[in-house]
Amino acid sequence: SVSHSQITRLYSRFTSLDKGENGTLSREDFQRIPELAINPLGDRIINAFFPEGEDQVNFRGFMRTLAHFRPIEDNEKSKDQNGPEPLNSRSNKLHFAFRLYDLDKDDKISRDELLQVLRMMVGVNISDEQLGSIADRTIQEADQDGDSAISFAEFVKVVLEKVDVEQKMSIRFLH
Amino acid sequence: LDYQHVQVPFEITLWIMLASLAKIGFHLYNKLPSVVPESCLLIFVGLIMGGIIYGLNDRSPPVMDTDIFFLYLLPPIVLDAGYFMPSRPFFENIGTILLYAVVGTIWNVFGIGFSLYGICQVKAFRLQDVSLLHNLLFGSLIAAVDPVAVLAVFEEIHVNEKLHILVFGESLLNDAVTVVLYKLFRSFCEMPTIKSVDIFAGVGKFFVVGLGGVLVGLTFGLTAAFTTRFTKDIRVIEPLFVFLYSYLSYLTAEMFHLSGIVAIIACAMGMKRYVEANISLKSHTTVKYFMKMWSSVSDTLIFIFLGVSTIGENHEWNWPYICFTVIFCLVWRALGVLVLTFFVNRFHVNTITGKDQFIIAYGGLRGAICFSLVFLLPDFHRKKLFIAATTVVILFTVFIQGMTIRPLVDLLAVKRKRESAPTVGEQIHIRFLDHLLAGIEDISGHWGQYYWKDKLEYFNSKYLQKILLREHDQPKSSIVLLYEKLERKHAIELAEAGQLGHAPSHPSLLRSGRLCSNNARTAIMDQKLEDTLNPDVLENIQEILARNLYRIRRTGPAYNRHTLPGETEPVEHAKEILMLRHRSL
Repeated sequence: SVSHSQITRLYSRFTSLDKGENGTLSREDFQRIPELAINPLGDRIINAFFPEGEDQVNFRGFMRTLAHFRPIEDNEKSKDQNGPEPLNSRSNKLHFAFRLYDLDKDDKISRDELLQVLRMMVGVNISDEQLGSIADRTIQEADQDGDSAISFAEFVKVVLEKVDVEQKMSIRFLH
Repeated sequence: LDYQHVQVPFEITLWIMLASLAKIGFHLYNKLPSVVPESCLLIFVGLIMGGIIYGLNDRSPPVMDTDIFFLYLLPPIVLDAGYFMPSRPFFENIGTILLYAVVGTIWNVFGIGFSLYGICQVKAFRLQDVSLLHNLLFGSLIAAVDPVAVLAVFEEIHVNEKLHILVFGESLLNDAVTVVLYKLFRSFCEMPTIKSVDIFAGVGKFFVVGLGGVLVGLTFGLTAAFTTRFTKDIRVIEPLFVFLYSYLSYLTAEMFHLSGIVAIIACAMGMKRYVEANISLKSHTTVKYFMKMWSSVSDTLIFIFLGVSTIGENHEWNWPYICFTVIFCLVWRALGVLVLTFFVNRFHVNTITGKDQFIIAYGGLRGAICFSLVFLLPDFHRKKLFIAATTVVILFTVFIQGMTIRPLVDLLAVKRKRESAPTVGEQIHIRFLDHLLAGIEDISGHWGQYYWKDKLEYFNSKYLQKILLREHDQPKSSIVLLYEKLERKHAIELAEAGQLGHAPSHPSLLRSGRLCSNNARTAIMDQKLEDTLNPDVLENIQEILARNLYRIRRTGPAYNRHTLPGETEPVEHAKEILMLRHRSL
């Protein structure tokens, strides 16, 4: 549950991005954000907002995606486990990140998918060979069931080792 | 021999020549600038020069004239700083910056003033006659952090953009506070009695000085933008307008007893985007180069003069007072930073860490502004004591703090790494998450007071652009300009290679010699990598990643004194990313 003022704020941001003023955002609207253009993962992040096969996202979808990054409030942690898991739970946050790697949605990060992401994040001074060895090393460290790919569980394990997910993957939408 | 005729310009030129030659000298020894910051070396040269002059003439060498400093040497530096100040991080952090600049400086002034008064009460030091007001006056001029000194040192240590902006912005903006407090206390010194009305008037004056400075600056800045709208046919004098208007804004503000530094910064920031859209590319480059050149010369001259003026008979060495001044400066700054940061961190997600706080506190250097202000003091019998104390504080901060800040920062960074080094996979995933979060923040408009920025953008596009820009199309963002520059360059390269229509293979991908180190382990990288569990290979991978992973936009210095913007590493990365994306389209 997002507070009223947060919704208002996000809505004003939505409308300021929506240059065509038709109530939905297209990919061009996102690409107009200059900082996103030089973000190595820019395209993938933008794609994450759009549902499968669609080119427009409405405010509900916009908010739904951003809701993954809401901080986890303390009172939510103790809620009963019977209801559906909130979008900003730790597991869903990690799922969001995992989906950015895993384009073909087979619940595994294959070597190729890893290579693609690596190539985006790393400068042009690294040869394909070196990149390949980095990818191999990454898979080797994480792989436990020997399928030469990183499953979601393996991904979670590696990340949780060093990262406080609740802290890192949260944005306070209001100051 | 007609020396008298050319004496003044000749001597000025000789000084500037000396300064520039000294600069060349330092950079000839590669190791020297990394151990000793340039400002220290320049003061040292100044000390030698002062000693020589003293020895030759047997009287005190010329003290840097405060007028020369405030009217000629300071404006180019501040203009350079204001013009190249990255406005996005500046306005994002403006609240914090103002808090440190205003509240922090007031805290320091009163803290130092009162504690020094306490010291004066001790009978053993023979300082009874320094009144509270004198101490407060001294406090007001010694408390302010100096932008020149800070800039000079902060380049040597590589801090992230936010921290750099914080300290730098603070040092620029606290000028308004310093000016008001200094003038206030000075006028109090001359008044027989002080009523509370005067104190309130002083507080009100602060707002007038600060806001007045901003208004003056903006007025001149917008006028400059308007003027450049019509300079299409006389491109040659376009750069001149930038400098003329900025300098005028400084002088006008000083004339009205407003803050000249704030005015010139407001002018530079206000006119920048319009002027850059209106003037030609060559004028643009000229403006940038001249600004850097002038500020560089000013900077060098200031430190040399500082050294020269130290030698001589201007000082009264009362060591207890001087030592306590230095101690209190450090203590009060540290306390101020701690308390203020505590408040700031309650409102922000991205907290200012302990290490950052240390850098802010320790990096509060005093410089030439204090020095000039102390010479401006009215002549009373303890003036020489204050001069001596100021000199020692400046020398202490520039030399000792300036030289040790980098090793201490490195030491602190090392101390943090008590946890195990991240594995390759962890490093990659962490960086991945960093980029992801930066992107989401940009999309959600999290950073900064977006509401006001939107309002300003709206106002800008509806009114300002129509008046101030020559052509009515949208001024392009720096990213688009960069992109166009890349396209042009790419097209030229293609034309030269005679290969229009084919994408050239990227030469750097074939360059494997980049990681050449003396270490023989790198030889392994050239062979087929079969055994990736080899620890040598692992270390190389770590090295590769550390050097090549793109940094998220919040790290890395955005402003560099010695290079033009557009030639620093983050921009190179941005170019690469844009090129990669263009190719994938």
